[in-house]
Amino acid sequence: MPLPRAPGLGFKSEHFDAIRTTRPALGFLEVHAENYMGAGGPPHRQLATLRQDYALSLHGVGLSIGGPDRPDQGHLRRLRDLISRYEPASFSEHLAWSSHGGDYLNDLLPLPYTPETLQIVCDHVDEVQSTLGCRMLLENPSTYLLFAQSTLPETTFLAEVAGRTGCGLLLDVNNVFVSCTNHRTDPVDWLASIPLHHVGEVHLGGHAREDLPSGPLLIDDHGCPVADPVWQLYARVIAQAGPLPTLIEWDNDVPDFPTLLAEAERAARVMAQAAEAV
Amino acid sequence: MDHATFTTAFRAALFGGPPPPGAFANDPDEVERRFAVYRNNVAHSLTRALACRFPVVERLVGGDFFAATARVYLQEDPPASPRLSQWGQGFAAFLERFEPAAALAYLPDVARLEWQRGQAYHAADAGPVSAEALMQAAADPGRHALRLHPSVAMVRSRFAVVSIWEANQPGQRPGGHLRANRAETALVLRDRADQVPVIALTEEEALCADALLRGATLLAATAGTEGSAAMRLLPLLMRVGAITGIAEQG
Repeated sequence: MPLPRAPGLGFKSEHFDAIRTTRPALGFLEVHAENYMGAGGPPHRQLATLRQDYALSLHGVGLSIGGPDRPDQGHLRRLRDLISRYEPASFSEHLAWSSHGGDYLNDLLPLPYTPETLQIVCDHVDEVQSTLGCRMLLENPSTYLLFAQSTLPETTFLAEVAGRTGCGLLLDVNNVFVSCTNHRTDPVDWLASIPLHHVGEVHLGGHAREDLPSGPLLIDDHGCPVADPVWQLYARVIAQAGPLPTLIEWDNDVPDFPTLLAEAERAARVMAQAAEAV
Repeated sequence: MDHATFTTAFRAALFGGPPPPGAFANDPDEVERRFAVYRNNVAHSLTRALACRFPVVERLVGGDFFAATARVYLQEDPPASPRLSQWGQGFAAFLERFEPAAALAYLPDVARLEWQRGQAYHAADAGPVSAEALMQAAADPGRHALRLHPSVAMVRSRFAVVSIWEANQPGQRPGGHLRANRAETALVLRDRADQVPVIALTEEEALCADALLRGATLLAATAGTEGSAAMRLLPLLMRVGAITGIAEQG
């Protein structure tokens, strides 16, 4: 069963009681897979409780799909165990690498977009999907640099991976805005060249801003509300694609639950307005 | 340059090398500053992960010192998997040979205690035995050993680790006098309410708990200790839900 075409929230354990007692109307909750890979304890108890009331989206940050090495077999096994235990409606990962030579670097690092890396990413997505026995969604990254060796636009790269492997896309609209702003390109053009029919989920999050001599450098930090230009881009996507499962990500300086819920309600209003306009 | 070469150069750059070949920005003067975002993300996120696991160590040395320490540690012993709850087992041993922290001789044992607390939090689940089952086992102590909850561990120290840990919890005001050069033993476990308390054990209780953890019979575990140690330890273990099975021996 796919994720409901409704707003969802990134689950934070400090909000567990608020969610359990108020049972807010949310389409789904998303969790980082790596936080549930311990043997037991409160994380598993919380997840088992939440899944009774909500569809789950399992979001990985550690598979290093964009790295040169095959996905770690132990990590894939742990993901498979989590999926069979909690039966999430969706599994997603990033177009990025995070491990190198057996060491985990805990960041979503960028790759040049070339025929070589396209083949690598397709091979890894194939292996992930066949091992996990489900279709995955691949998320577009926030990037801060470009690479001279890149020969493919990011949107072409993503569309090729989706076309060749059958995976879906996780469209992070904030990441589109961050990357396009950083590289002085137009996010509307980026969105116009991504095949929206592959999009199985949308992410919306906040970003920070530094100023460079050439203009702003935006940093994807999930530490504040979604910015207005990102909401505007999101409205364009929804107007075109119709309602989509839409996650609010707020991972740092996590606010109280009502503040987070208000962001989800704003996404619901955008979807409702688009439906009325049709 | 193939992708493996690229990622190797990129990784080297994260820890001080020049930005990887091919990295560019529309304004070439900005490459270094833009690459620094990745450098900062890696160092900052791993430092925060370590601080989450070792909050009392961070509080004892201060945020700046901790961040500087973490940046050395994460290069020497980086996480081996994305399960960050499993990262930091070597932090105590690292602190032992980390010259700038040498003045705080008790720091490594505080790190050991915090590591065990993290392990206890994520340890496998197991339900407690009934009081009746324990009473029956105690009636024939030479034939019965206890199975303890997977979270149960002991940290022995020649320093006052329990007192130091308690005095440095959130909300505790620093400044109270504390004699650090006094041996303490901590019992760590995850209780019925999913809390992970740190319980100070007397030397006799520690001997008893150590024997129980090694699977000794109740008789052997209490031999050589005065009855009072077992009299306090067993009800305590029962109350927190740490006795999860009875093993019959012989």
